[in-house]
Amino acid sequence: MEIVSYVFMIIGGAFYLLGGLGILRMPDTFNRIQAGTKATTLGAFALLIGVGIANPDWILKVLLIIIFIAISNPIGSSALAKATYLSSELPNNLVQDDLHELLGGKKHDTN
Amino acid sequence: MINIIVFSLIGLGVLFAVARLLIGPTPADRVVSLDTFNIIVIGIIALLANLFKNSLYLDIAIVYAILAFIETIVFARYLEGRHGDC
Repeated sequence: MEIVSYVFMIIGGAFYLLGGLGILRMPDTFNRIQAGTKATTLGAFALLIGVGIANPDWILKVLLIIIFIAISNPIGSSALAKATYLSSELPNNLVQDDLHELLGGKKHDTN
Repeated sequence: MINIIVFSLIGLGVLFAVARLLIGPTPADRVVSLDTFNIIVIGIIALLANLFKNSLYLDIAIVYAILAFIETIVFARYLEGRHGDC
């Protein structure tokens, strides 16, 4: 049982490392949002499950944190993506831009 | 031993996120790296709970998760530039 929890903890730490590396190395802000929130969400899940396996009494609190992260993190990253779209320059390699049409601009298809 | 390995991996992740926080060209980059940093800190608090065998640290992690979520939403609203209406 200890071995399983150690494996989960190392997977979580590795995904945290990959999330930080993606934050540092990705070329523009939308890619950084993708790397920084998705990879660290999986890392947090794995690490908290590892802590919950190592200490079975705490499994309820650990599940509470996991559920809260699973709800709040996509909402936060979506709000950040919309704020980035509205506040800074768009990269010039966009393939499709649906939000521009939703916000009242005219349709332009770059495909 | 395992704790040292896991803390080293997470420490490198924190280092990269803080580097982006310092050099980020736009304010949106800094907010994104701050969000990543908050999630990493939740994991560090959970690992400290495991290391010290004290479940009170998990309560701190819950409160930190809630505050980090509110902080992300507030910074996103601020970056959008519409301060009053919501």
